[in-house]
Amino acid sequence: MSDWRPGAALAQLRQRAQLLAQIRAFFAARGVLEVETPLLCSRGITDPAIEPLLVEHGQSLTDAPRFLQTSPEYAMKRLLAAGSGPIYQICKAFRDGEAGRRHNPEFTLLEWYRPGMDHHALMAEVAALVCSCLGERPWQAFTYRELFQRCLQLDPFTADVAALQRTARQLTDPGTLAGGRDLWLDLLLTHGVEPWLAGQGLCFVYDYPASQAALARLAQRDGQVVGERFELYIDGVEVANGYHELDDAVEQRARFEADNRQRAAASQPERPLDEALLAALAAGLPAVSGVALGLDRLLLLASGETDIRRLLAFSWERC
Amino acid sequence: MANFSTNEFRPGLKVMLDGDPCSILENEFVKPGKGQAFNRVRMRNLKTGRVWERTFKSGESLEGADVMDRTMEYLYTDGEFWYFMEPDTFEQHQADAKAVGDAYLWLKEQDGCEVTLYNGTPLSVAPANFVELEIVETDPGLKGDTAQGGSKPAKLSTGAVVKVPLFVTTGEVIRVDTRTGEYQNRVSK
Repeated sequence: MSDWRPGAALAQLRQRAQLLAQIRAFFAARGVLEVETPLLCSRGITDPAIEPLLVEHGQSLTDAPRFLQTSPEYAMKRLLAAGSGPIYQICKAFRDGEAGRRHNPEFTLLEWYRPGMDHHALMAEVAALVCSCLGERPWQAFTYRELFQRCLQLDPFTADVAALQRTARQLTDPGTLAGGRDLWLDLLLTHGVEPWLAGQGLCFVYDYPASQAALARLAQRDGQVVGERFELYIDGVEVANGYHELDDAVEQRARFEADNRQRAAASQPERPLDEALLAALAAGLPAVSGVALGLDRLLLLASGETDIRRLLAFSWERC
Repeated sequence: MANFSTNEFRPGLKVMLDGDPCSILENEFVKPGKGQAFNRVRMRNLKTGRVWERTFKSGESLEGADVMDRTMEYLYTDGEFWYFMEPDTFEQHQADAKAVGDAYLWLKEQDGCEVTLYNGTPLSVAPANFVELEIVETDPGLKGDTAQGGSKPAKLSTGAVVKVPLFVTTGEVIRVDTRTGEYQNRVSK
C-alpha cells in the first residue's frame, strides 16, 4: 500500500477531539457515568439486518469465535440491571458490509442510558447534547405515521403490501426486490421520507411499527400498537436510534427467537441468544431509555463535509 | 464472468441485468437506521441506452458483462453491415444497423471511433466528438456575407443534414460536433 497518509485533514482530527471533550463535559455536568465494556463478545446480535464481524483465531478463543460488537447495548444493560445508574460509553462498533458516504464498517458510537426517562424525555436530552455540539437550533418530532402520511399520503399501519409496493414503484425501479411489509416500509422511508427530512434540520421520528420495535417497549397509540423507538435525523442524515427499553425477559427472548426464525428463512446464520442479557432482564432492569448516536455522522454535520471517509484518520480502505 | 456484489458496484462496471448488459453510473448505499439496507444504483442499459435508477438489497450480486470499449478505424459499409478494424491487431468486426444506430451519419472512412464489444461483437458505435465532412448539397451561398446571422441546411457526404451559415458552399469541408450535430467551422483543404 503506497498511500500511507491519513484521509482526514488535521483540522478534522482536532474537531473530533473537541467534540469528544464537549460530550464528556455534557455528561459530567449531568452526573452520567462513563463506562467501558468489551469490544469482543461471545454472543452476536440476532437482528437480521445487522451482520457482525467475527474473530476466529487466537489462543484466547478457547470455546468459540468472538464477535466484534455491533453495539455495546447488551453489556450496558447488564450494568444497569446491576444498579449502575445513568451511564454512557464512547466506543468503536463494527458492522459487516456497511460502507458508503455515511457508513464505515468500523465506526464510533456514543451510547447512553437514562433510568427514569421515557423516550420523549430522552429525545429532549439528545437534542440538548446535539445543540451543545453543533450550536443552538430548533428541533421537531414527528411520529412515523405522520411522516408517511405527509410525504407519501399513506398510512404505514393500515396500507396493504400491494399499496406499499405501488408507491415504491413511483420512487424507484424495485426490480426483483422481494420481502415482507417491513422491506417495503424501509424502502419508502429511505427513498420517500428521508429526502423530505433533508430540509427539516434537527428532526426526531418516533413510535415505529411494532414489527420494527427492535429492543423498544410496545404501547397502544390511536388504536395501533407502536414500538417506543425513535430515530434522530439531522438535515436528512440518520444520526441516532433510541428506545424506551424493553425490560421483559420473556418478551425479549421471544423477539430474539423471532429474529432467528427470520434469519433461518433468509439462509442467514442463526445466532445463539445472549443468556447473560436475558438473565439480567429477568433480575430486573430499571425503567430506562437508551440511545446510540453515530459520532462520525455528528462530526460530518459539524464539519460540513459530505463523505465520512474524509473525517476518519484511516477509513476502511486505508487501514 | 465473475459475480459482483452491490458493494463492488463502481461507476463504469458492466453487469448483466435482465439479460441485457448495463453500465453502472452511480451507486449509493442507504439504510434506514435499523432495517433493510439498500443500494440505489443508477445504470445505463447498453443495448437500449436507457438510464434509470434501480434499487437492490445490499449484498445482492450480478454477473459481470463481457463488455469492452475499443477505439477502432471505420473501414466501409456494404449497405447491410458496417466494418471496423482494430488498429493494433487489424482484426475486423462487422456491426449491424442496430449497433450503429445514428452513428452512421458521422462515419467517414479511416476515421477513428469507439466501438463497444459485447461478447466479442459490436453492441454500439460512438463516432469521434468532432468529424470533418464534405458538403455535397446546399443552396448557393451569398457571397461576402460572412458576418451576418442566418443559416441553411446542408447535406454532407454521409447523408447527415446540418445547419450551416449562409456563406458556406457545396464542396467545402466542415467540422461538426457529433454530440449535438452542430456546425463548428470550415476546414481549409
